[in-house]
Amino acid sequence: MEKRVVYRSAWLPYALVAPQLAITLVFFFWPASQAIWFSFQLQDAFGQSSSFVGLQNFVALFKDPNYRDSFTVTAVFSVLVAGIGIALSLLLAVMADRVVRGSFAYRTLLIWPYAVAAAVAGVLYAFLFAPSIGIVTYVLKGWFGMDWNWVLKGDQAMALVVIAAVWNHISYNFLFFLAGLQSIPRSLIEAAAIDGAGPTRRFWSIVFPLLSPTAFFLLVVNVVYAFFGTFGIIDATTQGGPATSTQILVYKVYHDGVKAADLGGSSAQSVVLMAVVIALTVVQFRYIERKVNY
Amino acid sequence: MVENRPFLTFLAHAILILGVVVIAFPVYVTFVASTLRLEEIMQAPMPLLPGDQLLENYSQVLTAGSTKGSRAAVGAMLVNSTIMALAIAIGKIAISIISAFAIVYFRFPLRMTFFWMIFITLMLPVEVRIIPTFQVIADLGMLNSYAGLTVPLIASATATFLFRQFFMTVPDELAEAARVDGAGPMRFFLDVLLPLSKTSIAALFVIQFIYGWNQYLWPLLITTDESMYTTVIGIKRMIVGSDAANEWNLIMATAMLAMLPPALVVILMQKWFVKGLVETEK
Repeated sequence: MEKRVVYRSAWLPYALVAPQLAITLVFFFWPASQAIWFSFQLQDAFGQSSSFVGLQNFVALFKDPNYRDSFTVTAVFSVLVAGIGIALSLLLAVMADRVVRGSFAYRTLLIWPYAVAAAVAGVLYAFLFAPSIGIVTYVLKGWFGMDWNWVLKGDQAMALVVIAAVWNHISYNFLFFLAGLQSIPRSLIEAAAIDGAGPTRRFWSIVFPLLSPTAFFLLVVNVVYAFFGTFGIIDATTQGGPATSTQILVYKVYHDGVKAADLGGSSAQSVVLMAVVIALTVVQFRYIERKVNY
Repeated sequence: MVENRPFLTFLAHAILILGVVVIAFPVYVTFVASTLRLEEIMQAPMPLLPGDQLLENYSQVLTAGSTKGSRAAVGAMLVNSTIMALAIAIGKIAISIISAFAIVYFRFPLRMTFFWMIFITLMLPVEVRIIPTFQVIADLGMLNSYAGLTVPLIASATATFLFRQFFMTVPDELAEAARVDGAGPMRFFLDVLLPLSKTSIAALFVIQFIYGWNQYLWPLLITTDESMYTTVIGIKRMIVGSDAANEWNLIMATAMLAMLPPALVVILMQKWFVKGLVETEK
């Protein structure tokens, strides 16, 4: 799509794109190329000199059982966050789309978790589920006899970060599903109702197929969110622990690069993550046409 | 609703109310904890009704901070968070709208190259390239400065794309009319395009304000000086160790203060927020 009326100027368009381009070059292209460069380098123990080692960092990375573990942890984490988050928000959106009275109030009351920073969400849940003083811990221990201590138990730590992440992102999913539901023509639903299809049948035969582009879009967004947007939650609660049971890939980049100061290894991980993001972006854009098709 | 089914309507309300309550519960507990004495929180279970320490706790954190971990006052952190959020939101909008204008309304060499260079940055979050970006900031001497906090996060393609999409829908006749009337490109931009973009600007502002306010990893890396902490970082720095070692009442008061401004923006500007969210992500 091109504009019919265009302006011509030898310098003005360059001046207009210059600020954005300068920032993109300095803070995006330069660091990204640095990351790629560092990922082929090996630094000595004191960070004084470095030498070119080719793909050695990557080979070491994929040979490292910790890194492969981190992949598994990230996969489990994102499947749980995306699956639970999408299912719950779809349920809420379908209900909010159904009610006539109070739908604006419900929407208002369901969208504000979006405003809560990931790290703050982490602190909130760390407090609720705190092993000795948390109110939810009290209920889990006292009423259900559960031995709750996420500081020591890996699966419970995973459950905690998944709950916090789903909570933090639910309003986002909810709003997209609600918008998707509201764009489904009423006449389709009415026609099905006249033909005698009940609410369940109407949902699975009409609403759900028409909603599937939204659901697919949200699946990609949720995976991206679980991969990158949850850093604050992890850092404020488990910090990747206990051991490495909640150490997702992006947390490992931070841990290895900042805390362990392993520049080459961390950069190689950055490069791998960049490839993941680019792949996810491509997937999303290939399906974006379908998204607007309903 | 196509037909009247009282039971389903009841069920829908029940599920929604349950959802609202479950979602609000963590924040309710946070609020209650922020009004209690530390001893009251420490004896499990903590009370579930607000205590009488509201003013004491909030004035303590706003003016003096906690007594363990970071001792910076939260009042100053709120100022830092506000500066960061506003600078990111306004900066992003400003540089994006002019670059989108150039890309849509001008024909010039390298136009598509620039477009793709911006496009590539679309989804790559700062989390992926933290270490090298940190080094760039360190080399430029921008650690512990507002510029270091905000400028690297202003580079993002989403806003440019939103404006580009919007400019594409502006009728060509407007630009033609402006040209016939003798208006140059900048006059057309300022007097025609900018007023038309008000809605998009408002929508984008809400989203980017929240984005800026809630930044965590970036300020965590580049602020080592307590006077530069943002509120979100301040909370993290108040947590010093295991459950019992923390001043939870003060941490929770700070958490309330960290949540309040973005939550207000979302609720009060709900219309723009929903529009911005749904449109920027397309």
